[in-house]
Amino acid sequence: MAFAAFASSAQAVDAAPRKSSKVALVLLAPGLAYLALFFLTPLIALILTSLQAPALYGDMGEFVYAFRWENYVSVVNEYGDTFLRSFGYALIATVAALLVSYPIAYFIGVWARKWPVVQAVALILVIAPFFISFLLRTLAWKQIFSDDSWTMETLKALSILGPDAHFTGTPFAVIFGLTYNFIPFMTLPIYTTLERLDTRYLEASGDLYARPSTTFFKVTLPLSMPGIVSGTLLTFIPASGDYINASGDFLGGPGTQMVGNAIQSNFLVILQYPAAAALSIMLMAVILVIVAIYVKRSGTEDLI
Amino acid sequence: MRFSFGKALLPIYTVLALVFLLIPIGYTFVFSFNASDKSNIVWRGFTFENWTTVCNAQGVCDSFVNSIIIGVVATALATAIGTAMAIALVRYRFRFRGPVTLLLFLPMATPEVVMGAGLASQFLTAGVEKGMVTIIIAHTLFCLSFVVVTVKARVSSLDPALEEAGRDLYGSPAQVFWRITFPLLLPGIMAAALLSFALSFDDFIITYFNSGSVYTFPKFVYISAARGIPAQANVIASAVFFLALAIVIVSQVFASRKAKKLAAPIS
Repeated sequence: MAFAAFASSAQAVDAAPRKSSKVALVLLAPGLAYLALFFLTPLIALILTSLQAPALYGDMGEFVYAFRWENYVSVVNEYGDTFLRSFGYALIATVAALLVSYPIAYFIGVWARKWPVVQAVALILVIAPFFISFLLRTLAWKQIFSDDSWTMETLKALSILGPDAHFTGTPFAVIFGLTYNFIPFMTLPIYTTLERLDTRYLEASGDLYARPSTTFFKVTLPLSMPGIVSGTLLTFIPASGDYINASGDFLGGPGTQMVGNAIQSNFLVILQYPAAAALSIMLMAVILVIVAIYVKRSGTEDLI
Repeated sequence: MRFSFGKALLPIYTVLALVFLLIPIGYTFVFSFNASDKSNIVWRGFTFENWTTVCNAQGVCDSFVNSIIIGVVATALATAIGTAMAIALVRYRFRFRGPVTLLLFLPMATPEVVMGAGLASQFLTAGVEKGMVTIIIAHTLFCLSFVVVTVKARVSSLDPALEEAGRDLYGSPAQVFWRITFPLLLPGIMAAALLSFALSFDDFIITYFNSGSVYTFPKFVYISAARGIPAQANVIASAVFFLALAIVIVSQVFASRKAKKLAAPIS
């Protein structure tokens, strides 16, 4: 799987890369040109757009170049709490997905080693959600837990939930949806590091009278850090920019809007391109800073 | 019980977690048989009709065909460009390796909504009409980095001595590539292509910013979500699910048979 590559590339050795750089240039040129044209230039376009001012006497959605950095101030004023909410939701969902996924990954990668068929089946079931539209999966949760569904009525009848409890439209529902959607992204990289875990280390730890919990926290967990870092990044980055789960038609409501929703509605609905662009630039900047600090801290800089 | 968290607890937990993962899939599949009229929310009885009249619901099949076309073209482009980059990154020494690696990593660290808005602003300022072409451009972009990472892992596990042997036997560079390097890289390239197609087929966020009036299957689902999704959408999603599952299972069985065959003479 590709996710194996994501976690395993750190240990790849460069096998004598010492051939002519002209060939390398030819091989790299199309990709570099593509990234320059469709990744870097759009980022510059985004920065320029974020500084635009409305055209005088123009129609709605008509803007001219200016150096209106005030756009950023007004966006912070208007969407500051949306920003905090996005990162809060994404953080909780990442931690929740990690807690749910780690035991699954441990089961497939370590526990079931003697039974390759069990490993293969479990692995296929983990990636199975990728094969079905994630919009439909999210909608399925919405309908399973809609206010008049039998699931909710059962939960209320059993007094697990209060008589007027709701699921859809609550922060819990959005975080639930984010967690659910990113469990496979979390499980696979952790699995690939645990799969290579040398269990003799665990035996050695046990032989030295470490309790199972000590062995886990002092041996297993540190050795699976590269997978945890890949998994948390693969979850946190898309989760903080997601706008499906928080959308009113899916699991969210008016009080759960994330920054992705703000970017989407500014860009595509009310045609406030500068505001959408300013939000995007800020989102990207914050994520890059978080990722840089996180990757440095966790000591696995060789991610790609 | 030396290295397990309690003997039975972990398998039980895993089974429950996997069931949890599969609940929405089961729900989607079951509701593909719902005898619903317009909105597929309340169960109204079992029918096969949705499966036999898939294309009757307006827009379902058109958007599905668009998604397939976009997926195939974007996968082909990203796989070709990305494989070349992966080979260059592992096999050749060149200056600016750091910046190139960073440039490949950045798209993966960029939230889709930012990439989508960026491309859309560029198309807007350049006056490009949004449609199939802009969607394909966007999909190729986000697939590219994943292709490079996937194929790179395969290239680095490839013994350069094999290619050297080819050259020693007077193989031309083209012959060495097509007869030795390419076949050995093929599993990695196939994995990258499958991943690309899956990413492209299921993408909504970037697509929505760059699609104009063109509908892909996820966009169809998103737009319909407000007023009710026809059961035929569940049919398409379920069919795609079982097809993908079959492909993965067959390739797994095939790979393990091949591994057994290779291991046979030794053991």
